Amino acid sequence: MTLEALLFYLFAAIACGSALAVVLTDNVVRMAFWLVMSLGAVASLFFLLEADFLGATQLLIYVGGTVVLLVFGVMLTATGPYVQIKTTPAEMFLGAGVGGLLLLVLASTVMGINWENDVAHALGAESEAALAADTTVDQSGTTGRPLGLAFVGVRPDAVGPDGAATRPGYLLPFEIVSVHLLVVLIGAAYLARAKRRVEPATDLLS
Amino acid sequence: MQALFAAATLQEFLTGMPVPGVKDGLSPGWALALAAGIHAALLFSLFGLLPLIYIWLERKVAGRIQDRLGPTRVGGRFGWLQTLADGVKLIQKEDLAPGAADRWVFQVAPYLAIVASFAAFMVLPFSDTWVAVSLDASVFVILALMSLEVLGIILAGYSSGSKWALFGAMREAAQMVSYEIPMALCLLVPLVAVGTLNLTEIGALQAGPVSSWLIFHDPFCFIAFFTYFTVATASVKRAPFDLAEAESELVAGFHTEYSGLRWSFFFMAEYASMFAVSAIAVIVFLGGWHTGLMVEEGLSGFKGWNPNFLVKDFTLGNYLLNVMGAKVLILKASLLVLVQIWVRWTLPRLRIDQVMTTCLKYLVPISCVLFLGAVLWPLLLMTTLKRTTIMEDMPSMGQLSLPPATAAVESEEMRGVHVVDGSKESVR
Repeated sequence: MTLEALLFYLFAAIACGSALAVVLTDNVVRMAFWLVMSLGAVASLFFLLEADFLGATQLLIYVGGTVVLLVFGVMLTATGPYVQIKTTPAEMFLGAGVGGLLLLVLASTVMGINWENDVAHALGAESEAALAADTTVDQSGTTGRPLGLAFVGVRPDAVGPDGAATRPGYLLPFEIVSVHLLVVLIGAAYLARAKRRVEPATDLLS
Repeated sequence: MQALFAAATLQEFLTGMPVPGVKDGLSPGWALALAAGIHAALLFSLFGLLPLIYIWLERKVAGRIQDRLGPTRVGGRFGWLQTLADGVKLIQKEDLAPGAADRWVFQVAPYLAIVASFAAFMVLPFSDTWVAVSLDASVFVILALMSLEVLGIILAGYSSGSKWALFGAMREAAQMVSYEIPMALCLLVPLVAVGTLNLTEIGALQAGPVSSWLIFHDPFCFIAFFTYFTVATASVKRAPFDLAEAESELVAGFHTEYSGLRWSFFFMAEYASMFAVSAIAVIVFLGGWHTGLMVEEGLSGFKGWNPNFLVKDFTLGNYLLNVMGAKVLILKASLLVLVQIWVRWTLPRLRIDQVMTTCLKYLVPISCVLFLGAVLWPLLLMTTLKRTTIMEDMPSMGQLSLPPATAAVESEEMRGVHVVDGSKESVR
């Protein structure tokens, strides 16, 4: 087994094991700790793929930002010393069902791909080969692969004979998701804002 | 993978080394693992040694500022072994956890802080091509790694089961989350000028006289350095921003309940982080490992000096110059750490609302204006001077670029160009 494979299995095991621990712990702060481990291991997997910018983003936004805010929120809102989350059997059944179904969808997708041929095609084997042949380009850390380009709306792998893209990129769904996130944020701010009655300003000293 | 560990040269050096019992010598995989181990051991010795020196320095400087002598006896003169004596004392202390604590999180939190602090050292270049992990986005990665230290502190404060620790942790969380923003914005100002996120390249681009240091690149970079240093002092929770500890109000803040070795982990992490932010300031603003006195240019003939070494791509002269560079970098960073220590013992602590006001009402707008100014600066010069830099021979914005200097061979070629006409322009 190569060193890369060994590290991959190590980090994958940490990511999956910690994710399970997040679900199975009762204590919110311990959950946060396991979440840190899981997200950190996923960031390590990104580093292993030489996608260092993505890995750093994962660390900065999820580990350094979201989890810190989560613990901060728990500290500000907790009524007792250590917040416990009790899960009812119905919730556990529902959660396990939804999670299991999602796992099924993902697993069937992964299994359905012929990794030997399809991936080479999907990643644009021609351009990859051209890149590999061009030794002047340093490829380490390059994340501008066709799949990534498709996310910003460019499809180098699906170009018709006239030079126009035959299939659309994934930019529209990506933008819809981000607008959706904005709607959620505004909604949360609206719901959480302090509900004060507007009173005419009175001078307290008079 | 080689770029990940950037032990590439060391790995190449170790590959094929004769090992008893193995036919073809060391295989590349084992060589990579061994090289990574050597890198980690070197960094860890630095990580352990620097806090030792800085804690002694802190005691001496504090003593002098308060008209005392500080430690004088341990280790003969100047009390130079004082920190080691402290360490021995701390190891002997009982490892306690309060009854009200969440024991498991309480015990694991110091490790989170120290691991995050150590991880920042991995991407820090100490000299030309001397970096444990060479990444294209190393400035971004180091900011991300240093933002993780706060998690250990928050978890420590929360799990202590003490109101003092909880208050300290909450202050720390509020402070960190807000100070990350101006810190990143201030670093963007020189990055706009150089057009790269790679710390090694940023350092290599500042060769030559002091005027080629990025702090003197434009007026915005000059102000950005001082803003960055203020924010960096706050981000490593040093006085006047040490609200998380605040001895006069919170006993000892987030580490009130800690003792012994776990307590010392927090201190090692703090002093190592002080060095890390100072080293970033040195590399990004203050010329990195260059002296700025043209000493490197004077010694450039020395680079190829290589008395009878049979190792490929290794020249002794180059190695010695790199050692000098690393020493220059550590010295410059230590001077900045000295300033942090000096500020701690001469300025009173701010209140928490003042800390937040300083950040959100002053530092964030200042850094935004600096960033905007740095972006518009070439445009202003273009309309007035008809070129994008003040001096004729300065490279313009985004024009500075180097081949990735990870492999020794490439950097040799680079230096070759560099030596020929000795100006920074030729590095392009």
